[in-house]
Amino acid sequence: MKRVGVLALQGAVREHLQSITACGAEAVPVKWPKDLERLDALILPGGESTAMRRLIDHYGLMDPLREFAKTGKPMFGTCAGLILLAKTVVGSNEAHLGVMDVAVERNSFGRQVDSFEAPLEIKGIDGAFEAVFIRAPHIVSVGLSTEVLCVHNGKIVMAKSGQFLGCSFHPELTEDHRITKYFLSMIPHKSDLLLPNRSIYSKV
Amino acid sequence: MTQHGTDRVKRGMAEMQKGGVIMDVVNAEQARIAEAAGATAVMALERVPSDIRRDGGVARMADPRITEEVMKAVSIPVMAKARIGHIVEARILEAMGVDYIDESEVLTPADEEFHLLKNQYTVPFVCGCRNLGEAARRIGEGASMLRTKGEPGTGNIVEAVRHLRQVNAEVRKVIAMSEDELMTEARNLGASYEFLKEVKNLGRLPVVNFAAGGVATPADAALMMELGADGVFVGSGIFKSDNPERFARAIVEATTHYQDYKLIAELSKDLGIAMKGIEMSTIAAGERMQERGW
Repeated sequence: MKRVGVLALQGAVREHLQSITACGAEAVPVKWPKDLERLDALILPGGESTAMRRLIDHYGLMDPLREFAKTGKPMFGTCAGLILLAKTVVGSNEAHLGVMDVAVERNSFGRQVDSFEAPLEIKGIDGAFEAVFIRAPHIVSVGLSTEVLCVHNGKIVMAKSGQFLGCSFHPELTEDHRITKYFLSMIPHKSDLLLPNRSIYSKV
Repeated sequence: MTQHGTDRVKRGMAEMQKGGVIMDVVNAEQARIAEAAGATAVMALERVPSDIRRDGGVARMADPRITEEVMKAVSIPVMAKARIGHIVEARILEAMGVDYIDESEVLTPADEEFHLLKNQYTVPFVCGCRNLGEAARRIGEGASMLRTKGEPGTGNIVEAVRHLRQVNAEVRKVIAMSEDELMTEARNLGASYEFLKEVKNLGRLPVVNFAAGGVATPADAALMMELGADGVFVGSGIFKSDNPERFARAIVEATTHYQDYKLIAELSKDLGIAMKGIEMSTIAAGERMQERGW
């Protein structure tokens, strides 16, 4: 069974764990570096990115998370999670994990009264996906290897870059598990990962 | 079609706060300290509850200047308090773009009979509750988030514990009931039948429920998490302590790792003096803020 972690410092942890379970994988809350062992993939949930970042630093999770990224295993960030993954955060000198080749802008749709839900057309997902945006960031620009999966009102709200998947909205707040399934499909077969010193994504 | 202010959007905002600490602040400087300490949101107000209790008089919505300064100072969500039933204070806060409104018993009620009809607003609301009936009525009016009332400004956790245990015991009872018992329970609690059916089907409250009203130490915050709170509001506990920065950080960490007792022991060391608390029996019945609202 695939083992998928959810960074469980703060935010919509329970919803992601439930969605993973509903997709037939084993869901593992991650609070400490040791919890990253033996995971096949990791989700960084929605929440408050500044609060999560402080806790990441305090518990020495930054290096283990970057190491995890280096293994080539899939990582998925939703909203605050996307901000944590991004290489560039607009208006900030420093990225958080800085591993996904996108630049994001925080709170770029406005304050809470501007938060909204809307149906989205997403590449690789059949039919509309009802997406919930809460004080959401958006992707301002992407690297060459990054595939844009969804644009809403001229703003990139979902993208994939090699092993990294990120979206501005909260699939975990709906009962629709198609995006979680999409993410789980990014997990390579175990035999692929046994190849020495290479990520299967390095070819992409 | 794009929709604003839906239940999912309003309740979802509170879901993003889970496991976090929301701190009362009275100016931009305190807001920055709270954000740096890892608060998931701040509550902008003119006086913290313990000062309101000490000063007496009528407590109202904060001067919009204070709220505005706090909103400019931080990038995390900013909440603000309106008096119970004060439609215009709530509309002013909504117009200012506040992220969440607390219809709060900490302020002097504007209406002793009717709470706000919160589902008429785009901005989400949090409300206090002492039991499942009160929770049901507030959610019925459109609250998107709950918190225990506790007894604000006391630094005494006993009432928050009582309220959280009460709500959770009543939730467990509803879950265990057979469906033909729910209507009578609805009558007894003063809750709607549909609400109790929803609680039973979900196996929990339909919105996030934080602890509030008396949290003064990291151990208090961890206790509320242990008892099943989704997160913690800290009012006077931080900026009325000896060392607000350290208290703020320690309370955030204790909330995240609430079952790591060695860690909580470490981060509680040499914190300095917590706010001076008040024993419940010394508060006259008429001065209990938790009795405000129904």
